[in-house]
Amino acid sequence: MSLLADRIAAARAEGRSALVAYLPVGYPDVEASIAAMVAAVEGGADVVEVGVPYSDPGMDGPVIQQAVDVAVRAGVGLRDALRAVEAVAAAGAVPVVMSYWNPVERYGVERFATDLAAAGGAGAITPDLIPEEAGEWLAAAERADLDRVFLVAPSSTDARLVSTTAACRGFVYAASTMGVTGTRATVSDAAEQLVARTRAAAPDLAVCVGLGVSDADQAAEVAAFADGVIVGSAFVRTLLDGRGADGVRALAAELAEGVRRRAGAPA
Amino acid sequence: MTTTTPPQREDQLLPARPGWPDEAGHFGVFGGRFVPEALIAALDELTEAYEAMRVDPAFLEEFARLQRDYTGRPSPITEVPRFAAHAGGARVLLKREDLNHTGSHKINNVLGQALLTKRIGKTRVIAETGAGQHGVATATAAALMGLSCTVYMGEEDTRRQALNVARMRLLGAEVIPVTTGSRTLKDAINEAFRDWVTNVETTNYVFGTVAGPHPFPAMVRDFQRVIGDEARAQVLEREGRLPDAVLACVGGGSNAIGIFTAFVPDEGVRLVGLEAGGDGVDTGRHAATITGGSPGVLHGARSFLLQDDNGQTIESHSISAGLDYPGVGPEHSYLHSIGRAEYRPVTDAEAMEAFALLCRTEGIIPAIESAHALAGAMTLGEELVARGAGGRGGEPPLLLVSLSGRGDKDVETASRWFGLGDREDVDPGPGLDTDQQPTEGAISNDEAVAGQDAGETS
Repeated sequence: MSLLADRIAAARAEGRSALVAYLPVGYPDVEASIAAMVAAVEGGADVVEVGVPYSDPGMDGPVIQQAVDVAVRAGVGLRDALRAVEAVAAAGAVPVVMSYWNPVERYGVERFATDLAAAGGAGAITPDLIPEEAGEWLAAAERADLDRVFLVAPSSTDARLVSTTAACRGFVYAASTMGVTGTRATVSDAAEQLVARTRAAAPDLAVCVGLGVSDADQAAEVAAFADGVIVGSAFVRTLLDGRGADGVRALAAELAEGVRRRAGAPA
Repeated sequence: MTTTTPPQREDQLLPARPGWPDEAGHFGVFGGRFVPEALIAALDELTEAYEAMRVDPAFLEEFARLQRDYTGRPSPITEVPRFAAHAGGARVLLKREDLNHTGSHKINNVLGQALLTKRIGKTRVIAETGAGQHGVATATAAALMGLSCTVYMGEEDTRRQALNVARMRLLGAEVIPVTTGSRTLKDAINEAFRDWVTNVETTNYVFGTVAGPHPFPAMVRDFQRVIGDEARAQVLEREGRLPDAVLACVGGGSNAIGIFTAFVPDEGVRLVGLEAGGDGVDTGRHAATITGGSPGVLHGARSFLLQDDNGQTIESHSISAGLDYPGVGPEHSYLHSIGRAEYRPVTDAEAMEAFALLCRTEGIIPAIESAHALAGAMTLGEELVARGAGGRGGEPPLLLVSLSGRGDKDVETASRWFGLGDREDVDPGPGLDTDQQPTEGAISNDEAVAGQDAGETS
């Protein structure tokens, strides 16, 4: 049973896309970050990506780097992320861990899978792990009945779209723009093209789109063609600006409205 | 040609490419690709273009011409008997990569990668740099081949290596000081990857060492192996035999892989990598990745790295900016795991003592990076002679050391270390410090002088 696929399917049954919120555990501190994740759920996030702090986040832009750096220096790690997973599950959303690979490898892949399942996590998104290198993780996730979410990008060949989506369970993460995380003024055409190509490769797998969405209009635009809208840097920016859990709740509510607009309806 | 008969493998002027990595870039369990999907297409493109290029006679001819006419290859080997007197009586031969154009081995690799950049039709190169040697080499190749060049360098390193920053800018490169993380080489690599993933359509990443995702470790090795291919033939021709040990400093490890590769099949030749021990491995302030680290994933590959219990990279420490890196190339981890190469730490103090010694006994100012290999040779020479090992038929052991770069860039660091130039505030480090007992025999004439008096009393 895939917790992620079920939740995204439930959103689809309501005629809308799912809202996926990313927040790193440990910024501004562990408790406040968990409170922010719960607030995102209260605001309407269907899925929360619980970010594991990492010292060398090569795929992240300045906003997420800034927050994660604080968490790394405070010694926040996977154990804290598992607590956040429990809190998100208790709040009623589906938690999925988002982690660069080394923290998982250091924790122990089998142990990670076991503990994540016990905490109520759906699975993990692994931004720097491609399926070809993921043998141990795929086996552990299979055994623990966890989802595994890999990324596809505009530069992915059709053959890679087929092989990568075949390794996914839950959804596939379409990194819609070439570049690092961060909000962008416009959602590029590349996103819609990538989603179409990904659907052609894997008609039964949900496609969620990340990188660049920051407001309700952009969320609505992406929701018109994707099964889920992933928002990260905009949430983190809210925390960096000191708007706290209330700010996160308000942003989640705004984005939740966005993903519920009918495609093509005026803002 | 020599009239002596080399004892082994003399027919093999260019030893074969090693049987590793596999097609996906794995050296045993090490190596591979741990990168965002967005970079896979670019890495595939590079791999494919490189595999075609490396057997293309036109490329081989162009590469050979540049190495000869531009870099000044082959670099000589120099025997250093006055230095070797402090290596227990072993003989020491230096492979003189310091004499290359731009002053280090880094040029070997960048000329190859710059040609590859042109071959795949990209117009811009980016690079990371620690000590600045790879940045200077990349800026040089970019100027030569008409490519736009951006170099990422930790802000901390731009201060330590201001001369090289100026050199890069003179060569027309844009130098971007990196202010994230520890502000050193590892963060420069992160920023370069971020640039690459954003600008991959126009930009090629000229990686500076044998680390990173496939194909970089294998490709950079292939471009650097000229060091060992030449040295092996030179030693055979001159000595009629192979060295007993080959020594090189290891940061990311490109000069070491470069000089090791030709000797890997020669089982009688010890391969010794010298890691930066900083203040001492037991202090936690070091960059001795294999000695003091553990396997994990960093910068696109599985290898040894310095990490904490959460899998966070630990900041490294070394007096040498070029070795101040918490990771190491995956082939070194592999050579370590199969026991083919051994890795030892050399502290800042030991390296600086060897640095001073080579300056004063041989008139060669080495890069501080390379001084780690020199210090390793002093220790290994004493060990071998004490054990009566190494030398054949009563001959002294023969050590081949990669002198990977020259020390011009390090003059300021060395002056500070030895307390030169500031008589009011002298706190000289070991090597020229009268208050400290030098390593036995370090200054053979018992005329060790405090740094501030160097050049005046002897």
